[in-house]
Amino acid sequence: MTVSLDRAYELHPQVALRPEPFGALAYHYGNRRLVFLRKPEVVAVVQGLSGHATLADALRAAEVDERRWPSFLKALSGLETSEIVRERASG
Amino acid sequence: MSERLVDQLKGGLDAPICLTWELTYACNLSCVHCLSSSGRRDPRELTTAEAKAVLDELRDLQVFYINIGGGEPTIRRDFFEIVEYSVANGIGVKFSTNGVAIDAPTARRLASMDYLDVQISLDGLDAATNDAVRGEGSYAMARRAMDNLAEAGFGPFKISIVVTRHNVDQLDGFKVLADSYGAQLRVTRLRPSGRGADTWHDLHPTNDQQRQIYRWLLGHGEQVLTGDSFFHLNALGEPLPGLNLCGAGRVVCLIDPIGDVYACPFVIHDQFKAGSVRDPGGFARVWRHSELFSSLREPTSAGACASCGSYDACQGGCMAAKFFVGLPLDGPDPECVGGSADASLAAVDRSAVPRPSMDHTSPVTLLRRKPARI
Repeated sequence: MTVSLDRAYELHPQVALRPEPFGALAYHYGNRRLVFLRKPEVVAVVQGLSGHATLADALRAAEVDERRWPSFLKALSGLETSEIVRERASG
Repeated sequence: MSERLVDQLKGGLDAPICLTWELTYACNLSCVHCLSSSGRRDPRELTTAEAKAVLDELRDLQVFYINIGGGEPTIRRDFFEIVEYSVANGIGVKFSTNGVAIDAPTARRLASMDYLDVQISLDGLDAATNDAVRGEGSYAMARRAMDNLAEAGFGPFKISIVVTRHNVDQLDGFKVLADSYGAQLRVTRLRPSGRGADTWHDLHPTNDQQRQIYRWLLGHGEQVLTGDSFFHLNALGEPLPGLNLCGAGRVVCLIDPIGDVYACPFVIHDQFKAGSVRDPGGFARVWRHSELFSSLREPTSAGACASCGSYDACQGGCMAAKFFVGLPLDGPDPECVGGSADASLAAVDRSAVPRPSMDHTSPVTLLRRKPARI
């Protein structure tokens, strides 16, 4: 799966995030998967997803330099595949 | 797994990822390899209120789930009360059982609960193999529990096998059995802990069988759970899935039935006791500030393994396995696939080996038989 900049996302409602020195641990209570988020900046973006109308807005709000967006898209696509984040109806 | 992440995990987390909580030392069985030498209830067992207070703490620490074991945890009269309290506080529960309490109504009750995993222990594909380790009737008991869970529509429960010399050839069969129930197979390593200290030498897989286990696990990848317990086999080549490190006191710990906190479920011994949930500051203080856990999070030296090219792959193996067979902790695992421990293991004076600190084994009861008629 690949996330798009112009779509809206959110932390999956069955997922809990626990901050850790290296970033965060994410646990999905549904599929029982534990995922390591190894970049604090990615954690910040994930936490901000639900408050923004698009992924691009969330990246801007987290002050991620546009040149680094491709690596964030890759990380977030991985998180969508493991159902840590999911698309939501925009608005 | 990146090296940086592994280093950070070795340095310890703010709270455990994988916390095992043995709820009781009471057990209806007396398995010869029981890690906690269970049998009799300990009169100092945590009360229901104390157990709930521990769960409040774990919730505040954001522990995602706990592994409940024993003894046989379902023997506690407040078992469901504790499980329901845990789940209601956002702490998922995985519990291990021999199946004794899982009749049809209980299976339906379990099936109706969210965030609950059930793990049925089975150590043989047939009654003869299983019951030799787990006791007479235990195979039938486990299968009945599985039938009831399947009938109740529980979904993918887990079947948990400890690999021994006698069941290693049954791994394919276990997988077929699990698939037939729509269950997930979990395969873990035999440790010389608890009563296992007395039986490990006769039960643990041979060196050839270790290789067989490695190939089998590699072939099944993420489909089979292992609790990351076979990382000592990574010296054989491509690493098995999972965290390749000893998690004791770093990402893992054990709370025993009386509230004592140990570095891992396999080291119930004073040397690895970090404190108690009953101490001031509770569990969080033990996890974050105990001397023992702090020392386990220090960088470790490869010790006698330093000259071996496989140390990065196997990390020297399992601390508990070394400890309870009398090997130095900074040397090779007793099941080192390179055979590095064979000579020192043979030279160990078994009478001087550390004994588990707790023994709740039930006294032997003689079966009362009707006198033969003459």
